[in-house]
Amino acid sequence: MRLQVNGIVYDVDVEPDMPLLWVLRDELGITGPKYGCGVAYCGACSVWVDGMLVRSCSYAVSAAEGTSVTTIEGLGTPDALHAVQEAWIEEQVAQCGYCQSGQIMTAAAFLQENSSPSDDEIDEAMSANLCRCGTYPRIRAAIKSAAAKLGGA
Amino acid sequence: MGTLSKVTRRTFLVGSVAVAGGVAFGFYAYKTPGDNPLLADLGEGEAALTPYVLISPDAITLITPRADKGQGAYSVQALLIAEELDVELDQIRVDPGPPSPVYYNTALATEAVPFRSTDTSNAANAMRGVADAAMKFIGMQITGGSTTVPDSYEKLRIAGAIARETLKKAASKETGTPIADLRTERGHVILPDGTERSYQSLAEAASGLTVVSDVELRDPAQWRLIGKPVQRVDIIAKSTGTQDYGIDLKFDDMLYAAVRRNPRNGGGMAGYDASTAETMRGVHSVIDLGDGIGVIADNTWRAFQAADAVECEWEAAPFPANMDEHWQVLSDSFTEENLNSRNLDAGDVVTALSEGDVLEAEYRAPYLAHSPLEPVNAVVKVTDARVDIWTGTQVPRFVQTNVAAITGHAPEDIHVHVLMMGGSFGHRLEDNYIHHAVRLAMTVKGRPVKLTYKREEDFSHDYLRQISMGRMRGNVSNGQVESYDLSVTMPSVTDSQMGRQGLSLGSTDPIIATGAWDQPYAIPNYRVSAYKAPPLAPLSSWRSVGASTNAFLHEGFLDELIHAAGADPLEERLRLMNDETSRRVLEAVGDMSDWGSDLGPGRGRGVAFALSFGTPVAEVVEVTDTPAGIQIDRVFVAADVGKVVDPVNFDNLVKGGVVFGLGHAMNCEITFTDGMVDQPNFYAFEGMKFYQCPEILVRGLENGSRIRGIGEPPVPPAGPALGNAIFAATGQRLCEMPFSKFVRFA
Ligand code: FES
Ligand code: FES
Repeated sequence: MRLQVNGIVYDVDVEPDMPLLWVLRDELGITGPKYGCGVAYCGACSVWVDGMLVRSCSYAVSAAEGTSVTTIEGLGTPDALHAVQEAWIEEQVAQCGYCQSGQIMTAAAFLQENSSPSDDEIDEAMSANLCRCGTYPRIRAAIKSAAAKLGGA
Repeated sequence: MGTLSKVTRRTFLVGSVAVAGGVAFGFYAYKTPGDNPLLADLGEGEAALTPYVLISPDAITLITPRADKGQGAYSVQALLIAEELDVELDQIRVDPGPPSPVYYNTALATEAVPFRSTDTSNAANAMRGVADAAMKFIGMQITGGSTTVPDSYEKLRIAGAIARETLKKAASKETGTPIADLRTERGHVILPDGTERSYQSLAEAASGLTVVSDVELRDPAQWRLIGKPVQRVDIIAKSTGTQDYGIDLKFDDMLYAAVRRNPRNGGGMAGYDASTAETMRGVHSVIDLGDGIGVIADNTWRAFQAADAVECEWEAAPFPANMDEHWQVLSDSFTEENLNSRNLDAGDVVTALSEGDVLEAEYRAPYLAHSPLEPVNAVVKVTDARVDIWTGTQVPRFVQTNVAAITGHAPEDIHVHVLMMGGSFGHRLEDNYIHHAVRLAMTVKGRPVKLTYKREEDFSHDYLRQISMGRMRGNVSNGQVESYDLSVTMPSVTDSQMGRQGLSLGSTDPIIATGAWDQPYAIPNYRVSAYKAPPLAPLSSWRSVGASTNAFLHEGFLDELIHAAGADPLEERLRLMNDETSRRVLEAVGDMSDWGSDLGPGRGRGVAFALSFGTPVAEVVEVTDTPAGIQIDRVFVAADVGKVVDPVNFDNLVKGGVVFGLGHAMNCEITFTDGMVDQPNFYAFEGMKFYQCPEILVRGLENGSRIRGIGEPPVPPAGPALGNAIFAATGQRLCEMPFSKFVRFA
């Protein structure tokens, strides 16, 4: 099966129903997406498939065949940060950081659709992502400053 | 090569690059340098004078032995060393170092004595000294009890100063410039003419010198880093998906594993049938673990699938099967023979409560899971010569001993490489998952095996936060709280947790009463009796431990008494308070929240205070009773840690602690049916959701005379402050957590 992740094409030999998360992590060594719940609840495994936000722990790899997958590693790097990552660093959002790949991928997807969100819209977009460390106040602040960076209001 | 092999040294010094020429410094006053674990394993030209600073040609590495579970421990430890060493945080690497008695935790012992943390009497301090010596003796390299900063505050600054002065001595020797004419900045020694010598270039010369141990710490007025907003050392990695956690580790030739153990935690397995599982794709083997099975495969998901496909016959749980029985055991535990401590017995509660109006209540707090977002995992490689373990753990020394007993290796051949943890909240004080990983790896010697717990397995095998029940009686007179008699019972967390380590710390468990007996109130008749219930489900320390339940009991019923007296909840607490630092914390939240101002209809405000781990914290919660349920609007927090070392991290930890405390009080409990945990995953254990998160305003005070931690203390007051606020808004008194059993949250 042919898979394109962060612009690189991989050939993988896996069962079609293996969740994309485990193909990324164990087969390809792309570990930015995290395993948190395995049941599409926490959002730690969030990636983009053709620009659409999906929970890779509950997304069969076969559905990603022929698409372009983006993980946090493809969003930006320490040397070339995405605006959302910049905001996350400036606000020092992370505590343990384990949820943050998923939070950032969710926020970046959301801000692409809505570059000047209201507080309620931010709440709605982010409420399906879990942070056990309770970084919600900083995530809120970072989304607002990322929106400003991205040219929204 | 001493106790550390070259591989270990490379791992914690400079990744896989070979080192030549380097020097290690630290603070190590009470024994000979032979005890320095870095010294045991340095190559040619390197020297290890002390255990906290290591300088090699390509890096300055600061050894930060308190584990990082997300609380920013590496960063704060690095900051303390860097302050005196004169390096910037972007110039250094941090490494947790190897397990070693050198890195024993002083501050943990300091609070393990039956004195109030506000008690600075000679007797209390003498006792703390004894406990400290014992801790030194055992060499407990434990991260816990909010001790990282208290333990490190002087030690690490001294380590930095020793390294700096020794490097200056080396520079002086090489250049002939008197030491007094040298200064240091950004990792360089600077000569009077402006010439700079990097620390790295001086490492080899310094390695031949006797360390300068006679150092003076800088005046706080000169601090560049401490108390200033700095960027956490791990923040870029954690914002770009490049932070490696234990679960992310990958080696060539590595196998992947899962376990499936008796869902009745601690029960045995009567038999199993793995015939289907063994034929599944990628499955290497199915191993009998006694209380369950382990699957070794070539991919984690395949291991999960195969583990689920094994048919197992489970035995009964070693504790009561259903919740009613657990509560009944607690209810029956308030007996004379179960009385475990009564450290507080002021005035005469018995006489005072023998007549007139007596207020009574019963409070309950449920079992809780730790459930950090990263499930437990470990990579283990076993060979005849040694065992290597890569994992996030708060107790590397226990791991070393326990694994040695399993594999038969000498403890010094067990190499624990501590990795960054995706949260813990006390979860990683347990090392059971590591034992399972070791037992699986023993069947495939020479190959690394990564065991990852499925989330459901992590939930069903957690060692839980204690279940607890309180019975309170009290009375009031002339608008004041007059008598408060609090009885609390829970099974012993210490017995359960230390029992699994083969240790016994005596029959008195201070955890049962902590957060209740030691609060700084002067109530005329005031007694706290702690009853040890028999063991139920296995327990472990959960963020703020005994105080997490006792503050709810203590502050909830105190609020009831204050209302019965017709007094103001904040004013009456202030009147009763007999510790100045604590009083100012309460005054601060009063000021921040504009206490006493009118909130309007359907709204209410509650206050709670808790002194835990020596840190006084007061919180005010504001709620609105909306048609959709209770909405938490704002939370005000004031805490006094003596000195706020890292203000950004302080703010983040306080807010996180409030979200954690409120979220569990609102919605979370672990219950049992037929001996099995009813909550398989996060959807059944929902803390606070993003949209429910209130605005949280934080003030750090610095009036306390000692340095205190902040990882846990914001948690205990959150639940009772919310309960008290709901009472203020609705008139409904909540005596049991989680509150969602009784009210709806918007
Ligand atoms: S791991 Fe995929 S949503 Fe939790
Ligand atoms: S930062 Fe730890 S789970 Fe979000």
